[in-house]
Amino acid sequence: MSTFKMPSLGADMEEGKLVEWLVKPGDTVAHGDVVAVVETHKGAIEIEIFEAAVFDTLLAKEGQTLPVGAPLARVHAPGAAPDAAPDDRASTEEQVPPAPARRPEPLKPAAARPAIAETPRTPPITPSRPSAEAPPPASPAARVLARKAGLDLGAIAGSGPGGAVLLADVEARLEAAPEAAQDIGAEEQVPEPKEVAKPGEPHPAKPGLDMAAMRQAIAAAMSRSKREIPHYYLERTIDLQPATDWLAARNEGRDPDARVLMGALFLRATALAATKVPELNGHYEDGTFRPSKAVHAGLAVAMRGGGLIAPAIRDAQSLELDAMMAAIRDMVARARNGRLRNSEVTQGTITISSMGEGGADALYAVIYPPQVAIVGFGAPVRRAWVVDDAVKPRTTLTVTLSADHRVSDGRRGTRLLSEIERLLKEPETL
Amino acid sequence: MTDAEIRRAFLKELTSVAPDLDPATVGDDDHLQDDLELDSMDFLNLVTALHKRLGVSVPEADYSQIATPRSAVRYLADRLV
Repeated sequence: MSTFKMPSLGADMEEGKLVEWLVKPGDTVAHGDVVAVVETHKGAIEIEIFEAAVFDTLLAKEGQTLPVGAPLARVHAPGAAPDAAPDDRASTEEQVPPAPARRPEPLKPAAARPAIAETPRTPPITPSRPSAEAPPPASPAARVLARKAGLDLGAIAGSGPGGAVLLADVEARLEAAPEAAQDIGAEEQVPEPKEVAKPGEPHPAKPGLDMAAMRQAIAAAMSRSKREIPHYYLERTIDLQPATDWLAARNEGRDPDARVLMGALFLRATALAATKVPELNGHYEDGTFRPSKAVHAGLAVAMRGGGLIAPAIRDAQSLELDAMMAAIRDMVARARNGRLRNSEVTQGTITISSMGEGGADALYAVIYPPQVAIVGFGAPVRRAWVVDDAVKPRTTLTVTLSADHRVSDGRRGTRLLSEIERLLKEPETL
Repeated sequence: MTDAEIRRAFLKELTSVAPDLDPATVGDDDHLQDDLELDSMDFLNLVTALHKRLGVSVPEADYSQIATPRSAVRYLADRLV
């Protein structure tokens, strides 16, 4: 018997809101299965479990905001005896800590509430309006609550990334027009609007607050980085013409969904280069650097409206170009409008940030702890460039490396930039 | 399709790529990348969506011709007749 807890989704996270259980008591899950959805300043995150387990009791209710480490469920290993006797089960309710209003407080026993043991797995969402239009982006919990309350998601202003409708937005709407939710009690286990929508109290997630929370999270992580990590910076400007020409030829005649963006070449080149310089790929924690064999390449994704997230593309070193492009498409879409997984937001081993066309010539990025390196790609720029002792107009690119001097030196850092340059000059090898 | 229908279709796909944009406030001469801040992935998603919806596959070499809603409608209209 063990406890499944609210995971930490980064050093900057203090609490998360359990918005959906994807398991019910008695379910057996395998390593890597997604068992719940938690809403944080990074949006809705799918929570994976990292051991095979059988769920005995769900301790936390959907809609509860809980600090990192709070027990969410009781589980036991498959094959082991589920020692959750009825009396034991009854006592588990005491373990549910109250939802902290703002900041985590010392845990107090919560009022006894029935666990949501009977909650059926949420059925697939069916559009509530007979329309060919795609539904607006929304978090899963927001969709569920809106559907149960008979609200049209399209009529709710979203405060999440990309205007996504969050649970709190639906709750705010219900607070404003409670009659819309008259029959909400008919179905059990709906996240209770009252938990966050008490009249007269500051609303925890008014439109705009979510972006403020993300900004705070960035501030916390970046302040920690600049406080703790002695950065050094290298830059190299390279001839991007071979890669530009090669990519244009490759994409020509292809339909849009088969095209590859230059960013995929950058990621592929960086992932391959990182395998050659292990001092730049891994985590530095508690005074020790642990290199990683796999390259989980964090991709800095700018959110429309401000802020950014750097979810990791796992095992990026083994992804061929088309697979890399598919992974980037999927990651960017989910970072902006959908769900990321906890492994994606916590397990990156090196990060890549790319300005894109029209951006600044170079960027000197701040390392995302506990990582030890971040590679910055400036915007491609047409420059007079010397090729074979002649000056020619070429598309060039400035690549930078910010790295942790506790772990590596400029010489090793240079190796990474040289390798990226070599690979981008021979794009057909990517 | 009339130009007005193409414009509506274009704005519909644009605002699903960038859901924070209000179709009512997008100007015909707004530059998709400079003014509306579409990045290369957004732009590719838009081109992909236009291909699916209208059957027009805009090659990379023509991206500059769909840089604003006005020029995009003209470009698409020429290829939909």
